Amino acid sequence: MSSIVPSVKPPRLAVREAPPADASSVAMAVDRLNAWFAENHVLRDISITFPKQQVTALIGPSGCGKSTLIRCLNRMHEVVAGARVKGEIWVDGMNIYGEGVDPVQVRRKIGMVFQKPNPFPTMSIYDNVAAGLKLNGVRNVSVLDEAVERGLRQAALWEEVKDKLKEPGTGLSGGQQQRLCIARALAVKPEILLLDEPCSALDPIATAKIEELLHELKTQYTVGIVTHNMQQAARVSSFTGFLLLGELIEFGTTDRLFTNPSDPRTEAYITGRFG
Amino acid sequence: MSDAARYRYPFMIHRHFDEELAVLKEKLLSMGGLAEQAIGKATEAFLKRDGALAQSVIEEDAAINRTEVDLEESCLSLFARFQPEAKDLRFMAMAFKIIDELERVADQAVNIAERTLDLARSPVFNPPSDIATMSTLAMAMLKDSLDAFVNGNADLASEVCQRDEEVDQLNRVVHDTLLERAGKESAGAKQAVDQLLVARHLERVADHATNIAEDVYFIVRGRTIKHRLGAEA
Amino acid sequence: MVRDPLMARRNWANRLALASTGLCALVTVSVLFFLLGYIAVNGIGALNWAFFTQLPKPVGEPGGGMANAIVGTGKLLFLASLIGVPIGFFGGVYLAEFGRNGKIAFWVRYATDVLNGVPSIVIGIFAYVLVVLPMKSFSTLAGGFALGIMMIPIAVRTTEEFLKLIPASIREAADALGVQRWKTILFVVIPAAFRGLLTGILLDLARVAGETAPLLFTALNNRVWSHGWMEPTASLPVMIYTYAIAPYEDWHRQAWAAALVLMLLVLVVNGGARMVLPRRSVVV
Repeated sequence: MSSIVPSVKPPRLAVREAPPADASSVAMAVDRLNAWFAENHVLRDISITFPKQQVTALIGPSGCGKSTLIRCLNRMHEVVAGARVKGEIWVDGMNIYGEGVDPVQVRRKIGMVFQKPNPFPTMSIYDNVAAGLKLNGVRNVSVLDEAVERGLRQAALWEEVKDKLKEPGTGLSGGQQQRLCIARALAVKPEILLLDEPCSALDPIATAKIEELLHELKTQYTVGIVTHNMQQAARVSSFTGFLLLGELIEFGTTDRLFTNPSDPRTEAYITGRFG
Repeated sequence: MSDAARYRYPFMIHRHFDEELAVLKEKLLSMGGLAEQAIGKATEAFLKRDGALAQSVIEEDAAINRTEVDLEESCLSLFARFQPEAKDLRFMAMAFKIIDELERVADQAVNIAERTLDLARSPVFNPPSDIATMSTLAMAMLKDSLDAFVNGNADLASEVCQRDEEVDQLNRVVHDTLLERAGKESAGAKQAVDQLLVARHLERVADHATNIAEDVYFIVRGRTIKHRLGAEA
Repeated sequence: MVRDPLMARRNWANRLALASTGLCALVTVSVLFFLLGYIAVNGIGALNWAFFTQLPKPVGEPGGGMANAIVGTGKLLFLASLIGVPIGFFGGVYLAEFGRNGKIAFWVRYATDVLNGVPSIVIGIFAYVLVVLPMKSFSTLAGGFALGIMMIPIAVRTTEEFLKLIPASIREAADALGVQRWKTILFVVIPAAFRGLLTGILLDLARVAGETAPLLFTALNNRVWSHGWMEPTASLPVMIYTYAIAPYEDWHRQAWAAALVLMLLVLVVNGGARMVLPRRSVVV
């Protein structure tokens, strides 16, 4: 079991395991994070850890703050006018909300894929994947070639597009576009990949492909995913956090959360009895 | 549609679920192996009046029980995380039952071992040779039912079900033989009862193997052959 | 089928609405085609090689052309673009990408709208005071300046509108890659909006190409070639104005021809640019 569900030990149902606490196994630790949209307090004292090379899912009903939370993780929340964040997020021994930290630098380390596929409209498939490097000054063609192929392979798109790298990225199907966006995010070699409802605009087959991809990606990256589809969270993640009204209600291994949740609200939500 | 054709669609994609299913199958098989081994050892101990071997069978049951709990948790986790449908659903539901059957097979081994301990302390009373045959047959049925499970072989599964009758028949013969001998040699009455029970336990093993085979048939064909339901098919 | 009086009335109302909107659409299109046709019919007769290559002949002498006015209009538009496009474009970029809903942006937008509403003759006087008086001469420079000022508000607003059409998700994608904002705007957003931006600028240019009033005080007119930037110059709109109100039949025909040329110039520049441009942008 340990090779498949990558917790250290096969999870015992009776144990209420805490998320791994030692620094070596944690990629990102969120400490008492609060977020606002103008006067609207949307996240309240969230503390959560993202274990290294695992998929961690955030679930919860619409408006629970899960998208806001994931956008806080690479400082995309503050891009919106009037948005505010207070709290700490530790990555690699650095508080990304610390003084003097450049959000642009943070985002290079923590990539993000969005709800709707958003390839750059004027760019070819190749240029889309290379965009992160090119726009940050990389000119070396062999470096770019290598990064593009690696990104596309990791996003399981290489075989489908290797003969048409010069064609526009917007010419691909929705599912391919989303994998192109994943490739684009991976090409800059982030440490953490965040996905904000990456399948909500895709059909079931394209969704299944992305889900399979996540199982591959976690061998190299720490992955955080927000999904309104809790079955998807169950399928792809090793750890799951349940949010409700801006609070983290419960966090634990996906196995445990979906077989034996400890909070009655979690139980009500995952069994579809939310009222 | 044949099973092979069902999986040959061009848009078939790799499923992580399949990997986890494969692991589950593997673990189910190894549990089957443990149960089979336990029956083998218990029978050997019985035939050789080997108390020490019987004792080890009883002690090793704890490992099988742990495997049972572990497998049940794996099944539950797979249910919770992958919401299996169709064949996957049948597989998962039957896996739960097969775990249960295997655990009971192991319990039968313990029962036989306990009878053996009793017999080893009593004066020698030679058992009917049919008991050894029963053990061989029951173990073969168990092995074949698990093979059918691994390979999704419905024909083998239905064949296993038919073999149950043979074991039942032997059980009746052993029963009659032992009753007759116990009537003649009253000193061996207690041993005869123990041996009767051993035969009965082996017959139960064959029943469990039959149940597994029936489950396998259901997984593969989606139809039940239990209780002669669907016998016409 | 049962005849429902209410249904029948609704059907009639529907047909009436369809007919009236269709009619209005038709009127719009026909006015345009009537105008184009009328100008073409009247202008085509006077259009010949000489019109493009010769200077105007003195009064009473038939023939001659408007070569100086055509070149003059070209120079004026070139100068106007030099002034109006950068200011308008970067102003628009500011509003769309940085100012957004802030206070400054509000006032910039407000000022732009006011400027757009200022009568063109007033702009002419403005340029007269600012350029012609200090330099003591009517000039191409003064005319180009006046037209350039006129270009700014439309350049600002079309730039802003076309940039706003680029979905926020595109900017987000670049943000999430750790790309600085100015690079995102320059290499991602503007290329994506390029077709639209250029169309906006060309429409802007087409609009000022026909302006007459601001030129009366600035570029004035010229019967001969205008050398350099500091001399008064002829231009098509002013020539049309002058020739159309003159009492000579020959001049009237030349005015029609000039109107046709001006119109074709605008159409060709606009249509040609649209065809040549790559189609790979969000905004068409």
